[in-house]
Amino acid sequence: MDVRVKPVYRGIVILVLLIGAVAMCIPFVWMILSSFKPESEVTSLTPSFWPQQPTMHNFERLFTEMNFGGYLWNTLIIVFFSFIGLFLNAAAGYAFAKFKFPGRNVLYYLVLGTMMIPSQVTMIPVYLILNEMSLTNTMAGIVLPGMVNAFGIFLFRQFMTTIPNDLIEASRLDGAGEVRTFFQLIIPIAKPIFAVQGILTFIGGWNSFLWPLIVANDESLYTLSVGLQLLKGQYGGDFAIQMAGASFMVIPILIIFIFAQRHIIEGYTISGMK
Amino acid sequence: MQKAWQSLVKHRYPYLFIAPTLIILFVFSFIPILVAVFISFTNMNLAGLADWSNVEFKGVDNFVQLFSDAVFRKSMFNTLIYVVVGVPLVVIVSMAIAILINQGTSWIFKTFRVIYYMPSITNIVAIAVIWGYLYNSQYGLINHMLEAVGISPVRWLQDPTIAKFSLIIMAVWKAIGLNMIIFLAALQGIPRTYYEAAQIDGASRWQQLMRITVPLLGFATFFVSITTLIGWIQFFEEPLVMTKGDPLNGTTSMALFIYQTGFQRSDFGYAAAGSIVLFAIIILVTIVQFKARKKDSDVEY
Repeated sequence: MDVRVKPVYRGIVILVLLIGAVAMCIPFVWMILSSFKPESEVTSLTPSFWPQQPTMHNFERLFTEMNFGGYLWNTLIIVFFSFIGLFLNAAAGYAFAKFKFPGRNVLYYLVLGTMMIPSQVTMIPVYLILNEMSLTNTMAGIVLPGMVNAFGIFLFRQFMTTIPNDLIEASRLDGAGEVRTFFQLIIPIAKPIFAVQGILTFIGGWNSFLWPLIVANDESLYTLSVGLQLLKGQYGGDFAIQMAGASFMVIPILIIFIFAQRHIIEGYTISGMK
Repeated sequence: MQKAWQSLVKHRYPYLFIAPTLIILFVFSFIPILVAVFISFTNMNLAGLADWSNVEFKGVDNFVQLFSDAVFRKSMFNTLIYVVVGVPLVVIVSMAIAILINQGTSWIFKTFRVIYYMPSITNIVAIAVIWGYLYNSQYGLINHMLEAVGISPVRWLQDPTIAKFSLIIMAVWKAIGLNMIIFLAALQGIPRTYYEAAQIDGASRWQQLMRITVPLLGFATFFVSITTLIGWIQFFEEPLVMTKGDPLNGTTSMALFIYQTGFQRSDFGYAAAGSIVLFAIIILVTIVQFKARKKDSDVEY
């Protein structure tokens, strides 16, 4: 669309986008600035843009008054298991893409069908099922329900159908078993999709909220998002510590996103959403 | 039987590869639907959770009770408002931004793409915490800014009607990025030659937009509309973290009603009945959308 674009027109487009971009950024900017302000400045009736007396005190309180160290640890455990789930998705995607076996199509459509099921319908039964398995209030119970997902399987299958069969046959002729072929041939070839899915899995695991909220009764199992919700409830009027908690959660993801944004954004594009 | 076993052995590797995911999806996606349907006809609660013999079959009582339940009816009304206001806003705003961003390829447009996408990857609890502060009627930035231009403070989260729209603004802000990316992908698939031909014919910029761009975005618009619609029918985390349904259930959505009934009042059977109603609405709306789409199918040039 760059054909014959008049500078005036281009200027107007940039101006409109700029105004919108400022509106998109304000919440983040205000969060970060406020997290460094002492409480008196945050609840001032005439707030200043920059912190007048910048302080790290709010962040310290996250670890002394709240247990954000523990929440961070639990969140990292969830991220770790999400990555195992990522490999399970990849293995399933590979089987659906490159093997012929009885029931393949039926099973694949069933997998895709789970994308239609709203989590509000499953959350109560899943809780009851976990309760029957004595997994409520355990890390396993938090991790399992969201560990694999149909969309991930779909993306891996899409990518893996493009891998030439000859390559796989050659690997088999070389005497590599099926499992070895998967780990030593397929995974390296599928690196681009693993990169995209890996980043999205990290973000998803880091942000996971619903299952930890429902399954964890014990504060020692809380993740960052559940802990942040607890903080919002306990420190209702104390916006300084709230903004520090939000920053602690959001800034790592924003940094990862800014470095990896090309992969993430293109990941959605190549995922056949066209 | 023996034949089935032989087939299983012969195809053991693909079955091995799909087994873990299928088992997890089966236990945590398919069985739950059956369980939800079953317990929606019972009085399943904490006593039933401790001992299944306490569970009584109640027929359709839960469903009858739901539709005379003032809170549930209110949650349906609120959800309707969320959908009717939120879905068109998300579709139009994200399409407009995608079209604007698609006008250029220089670094500044790429930066805009990143900025508009940022809220999409941000944790919903953090978003609710940040916006809770922005919306605060005494200390919030929004009211400070309004005050600066002489507008009296707005009670963003204390008034049942305004609170609904406050949640919608926040949710639209979060939803723009992802949908914008889908529109951008579709825009990049429109051949340049169409625009060149239109320019030779003397078509104005507006005509090009309305006659080429928007019609050719048909499939992307359908995709965004249907996923956004399904998402907003399930509107949940925003009211849960931000308002807990307050004030006076003014922001309670159907999904929040289900959560609160199930996990705060432990009335699992009744909550499951609510979730079945929600699911039925989603299926119905999806069918209607697909039917409507068949009538006016895609534009192809």
